[in-house]
Amino acid sequence: MLKNTLRTYGWIAIILHWFSSLVILALFALGWWMVDLDYYSAWYTDAPHYHKSVGLLLAALTLLRLGWKISQVSPEGVGNMWEKTAAKFTHIILYMGLISLFFTGYLISTADGRGIDIFNWLTVPSIGKWFDNQEDIAGDIHEWLAYGLITLVVIHAIAACKHHFIDKDSTLKRMLKPLTHNKEPL
Amino acid sequence: MKKTLLALSFLSTLTFNSYAADYVIDTKGAHASVNFKIQHLGYSWLTGRFNTFEGKFSYDPTKPEASSVSVTINTDSFDSNHADRDKHIKSEDFLHASKYPQAQFVSTKVENVGAGKLKISGNLTLHGVTNAIVIDANKVGEGKDPWGGYRAGFEGTTRIALADYGITYNLGPASTHVELTLQIEGVKQ
Repeated sequence: MLKNTLRTYGWIAIILHWFSSLVILALFALGWWMVDLDYYSAWYTDAPHYHKSVGLLLAALTLLRLGWKISQVSPEGVGNMWEKTAAKFTHIILYMGLISLFFTGYLISTADGRGIDIFNWLTVPSIGKWFDNQEDIAGDIHEWLAYGLITLVVIHAIAACKHHFIDKDSTLKRMLKPLTHNKEPL
Repeated sequence: MKKTLLALSFLSTLTFNSYAADYVIDTKGAHASVNFKIQHLGYSWLTGRFNTFEGKFSYDPTKPEASSVSVTINTDSFDSNHADRDKHIKSEDFLHASKYPQAQFVSTKVENVGAGKLKISGNLTLHGVTNAIVIDANKVGEGKDPWGGYRAGFEGTTRIALADYGITYNLGPASTHVELTLQIEGVKQ
């Protein structure tokens, strides 16, 4: 029940998936909102602090998630050949987008040699400045990656709904709760 | 042809600027800096600088009013020693460095106030807006350097209102103006 099988996701993958998705949507909303804050807003310094803290914690969680994913079998795709290929491709791009977002976000704030404080618990050290105008270039990439990732998330969700409501298969169900009946068709 | 042109331009320099010498600002050796300071909330001064710029001036100690100076600054070299702030200042809210990559000062008139002090009038282009400003300058010194060259150095200060240059992001009532300080050392050509 905790582990994946060829038919279904296990609880660990399911919890990691939904928890990550909530955090990702919250980070996107927070990031989108905080960049236009007025200088005198009470959130002007706190919002970026939380965005960075949560983002770095999610980065750590995502590494654990990928480690778990690699250690597990992945449930087989559902649908025809192109759907399976598209799903696989989307999942890979989602992970790559996430990792790139963590990295570019980190490069913005550490360009001056300062580390990033995670909720004042610990400081992730800077690896310094790698290239000129690092904060601007990393910032632009971070922004476009975020829009790209959210676009892909929407497509990913629409595809899940299509499987659930139109194809009436178990694609979404097995990500809500591990499938138990071994004979149940996918 | 090239030689003739060179001779002509040399001649014209001689004719119009009988004693003025041309100097190139020593940005290579970084004996020059473009610094700014602005109030933070009215409680302290925030300082920083533009790291990349170039410029030249001509100066004649016997006829300071015949001097001229021009400086071009790369706005994306803004550096206040804080990456998040630098990113914000270079963004559309302030310098908009991607659209206005350069800021420029070109002198139009130099007034000799005496005792090595000059009032340099000129046009400052920043954020795509050009305004007439006056820089209060004073000569720090001039003379031979130990490596066979000749140098002259000036310090100049001016104060500009951000709103005059279309920069209207609200930093609070104490932070509407920026003080600019230029330290320039030129090497005689």
